[in-house]
Amino acid sequence: MYRYTEFDQRMVEERVAQFRDQVARWQDGRLSDDELRPLRLQNGLYVQRHAPMLRVAIPYGLLAARQLRALAHIARTFDRGYGHFSTRQNIQFNWIALEQAPEVLAELARVQMHAIQTSGNCVRNITSDPLAGVAPDEAVDPRPYCELLRQWSSFHPEFSFLPRKFKIAFSASARADRAAVAMHDLGFYLRRDDAGAVVADVLAGGGMGRTPVVGAIVRHGLPWRHLPTYTEALLRVYNRYGRRDNMYKARIKILVRALGVEAFAREVDAEFSHLVDGPGTASAAELARLAEGFAPPPHAALAEQPAALQEALAAQPGFARWHGRSVHAHRVPGYSAVTLSLKRNGIAPGDADAGVLDALADLAERYSFGELRVSKEQNVVLADVPQHALPALWHEARALGLATPNIGLLTDMICCPGGDFCALANAKSIPIAQAVTERFEDLDYLHDLGDITLNISGCINSCGHHHVGNIGILGVDKQGAEFYQITLGGKVGADPAHTAVGAVLGRAFAAAEVPTVLATILDMYVALRDPEERFIDTLERVGLGPFKSAVYPAQDHAVEAADA
Amino acid sequence: MPENVTRILRIVDGRPQVAEDGWRVLDSAGEWEALSAAGAAAPQGVLLPLELALAQRERLGGALPAGVWLAPADDPARAVALFDRLQLIGVEFPKFTDGRGYSTAVLLRTRLGWRGELRALGDVLQDQLFALRRVGFDSFALRADRDPQEALQGFRVFSDTYQGSVDQPLPAFARRGGAAA
Repeated sequence: MYRYTEFDQRMVEERVAQFRDQVARWQDGRLSDDELRPLRLQNGLYVQRHAPMLRVAIPYGLLAARQLRALAHIARTFDRGYGHFSTRQNIQFNWIALEQAPEVLAELARVQMHAIQTSGNCVRNITSDPLAGVAPDEAVDPRPYCELLRQWSSFHPEFSFLPRKFKIAFSASARADRAAVAMHDLGFYLRRDDAGAVVADVLAGGGMGRTPVVGAIVRHGLPWRHLPTYTEALLRVYNRYGRRDNMYKARIKILVRALGVEAFAREVDAEFSHLVDGPGTASAAELARLAEGFAPPPHAALAEQPAALQEALAAQPGFARWHGRSVHAHRVPGYSAVTLSLKRNGIAPGDADAGVLDALADLAERYSFGELRVSKEQNVVLADVPQHALPALWHEARALGLATPNIGLLTDMICCPGGDFCALANAKSIPIAQAVTERFEDLDYLHDLGDITLNISGCINSCGHHHVGNIGILGVDKQGAEFYQITLGGKVGADPAHTAVGAVLGRAFAAAEVPTVLATILDMYVALRDPEERFIDTLERVGLGPFKSAVYPAQDHAVEAADA
Repeated sequence: MPENVTRILRIVDGRPQVAEDGWRVLDSAGEWEALSAAGAAAPQGVLLPLELALAQRERLGGALPAGVWLAPADDPARAVALFDRLQLIGVEFPKFTDGRGYSTAVLLRTRLGWRGELRALGDVLQDQLFALRRVGFDSFALRADRDPQEALQGFRVFSDTYQGSVDQPLPAFARRGGAAA
């Protein structure tokens, strides 16, 4: 991963000192609550249901073993012993006292971590592909470009008080988007042009929340050296013209929609024309310096699909089943990337206690060059595991409860912290995830259902990405009671054309009804599917109608009665 | 201090300091009329709303030194026609969380050619001073309930910067030896 220079370390430490002073001034009354709020948000601190929640950035999902151990230490010392991996490559602690937050930030700085701009109306932490650098389908490793923009956006003097939050993501594969780029305020699809040079197709105006929008391409083939200046131009247009009168209409997607994609792109181009090739243009030397931080680890020369692996696959069905879901192709022969599931019965999706964090550090050191990645699916990925070591890794992960063979299956849910923790939530989400896990624990059934994404959000802010789940569950408030709205058909594809927001199925359900409704939907899929057809493909082939009829039979009767 | 004088923060020879200042921010033509006739009690100068200044361009810089203040939604390009009659441009921050004034300042300094004094007005607080200076402000009308001497600390929070801006157009990487493009 990128190693801080003395400069980077100094900047982070100065940020900690700045925040320590701000908290001190707030404590003695020189800063009001309202004045502190934006400052603490830009240091990752929300005031939540129980205590301030601290959101720590994990740039591009990368964590080194010593950082995992530092997170475990923070969980034990300042929190109640656990953290929660979010859907945007962050880890959140739910029980940090505001007075202690500067000390926690100082602990993070010691291991080259921070919570800078993980909240607030500013450029948030930049996310990318958890398989970056190892995925066979990628055109270029996106992480040096992410880091280029991370440094550009850190403490940006012009863009620290935008109309609303601003999220950026990078992907560099034409075949898959593992960062949901199209659902971001600003997204970069990196590719190589005909001459082999790295360029970006730039997407703007995507986002979830109250008004879900799949972003649109506003610029094709932007040479990489213009990433900072083009972003500056786009943010200046947004900063000046984005709505500030209504926070629900303040995201850039509303501006893009109001102007129209083409007119918005013209505005940005006009601004960019003043900046292009100016002093903010990135240099090849700087990119090369940043890329050193993401150089591949010293892989050994290993045989692809070694005998030890093949024997284990043949002899141990449990291992083979796990391997089929959790092990991913790698660009280096003899190596694989492995997803460890943080979706376990009895534990909230994405949660990891201090013991698990320490254990993950050990696994990373022994199996994957001391690093791992976190994914938007709230799992962790060991990206460089020798294939001959996969059986041993499986044994260890299984003992830790991290080898549930459900990656990509129904119970590999994305789930926000919901009403149990979050002050914004309309409804709890963790108990829904728990009920789904219990109802659908039969692995044979889950594997028969195959690839399916189930995403759960406790409110319309959509931290659980329900809009883009094949099945989405949204917590809503109806006269003070918690209800759950189901959407079908959301998906994240390799580009905007293959990304979709789900459609609402119908009236919402009480929590206790949700597992049965899911069972009805899944039964209908099984009845309708062609051989080998995925849930989303069946749904797109037959439409919402059959699912609606299955879930709301009484309404159909009402319609028939009305027609009669 | 006399009634017409307030304490502001100003960058002088690269150093932020507390300074006395007698400019008045006006909202209407009526106030301007009254102050123009005030004689010895007149302020050092008056900052006028953009629309008023545009409408009465010929009168600017008459009896009283004149400036213009820009609201967040004002297009700073419209002030260019007034530049030769202005001694000061103010940019208003109705709330410190309204970040439009930062872009206004960047445009005035890098695109529109304003070289004179540029002042942050309104909800101007210690914790925003570092960024305000970076985007080209060189005077700061701190909110009246704050201690200017204490607020000076706000200019010292960071010893360096990553990205270029008005104060330093080069990003950190371009200032490092050997890393320039």
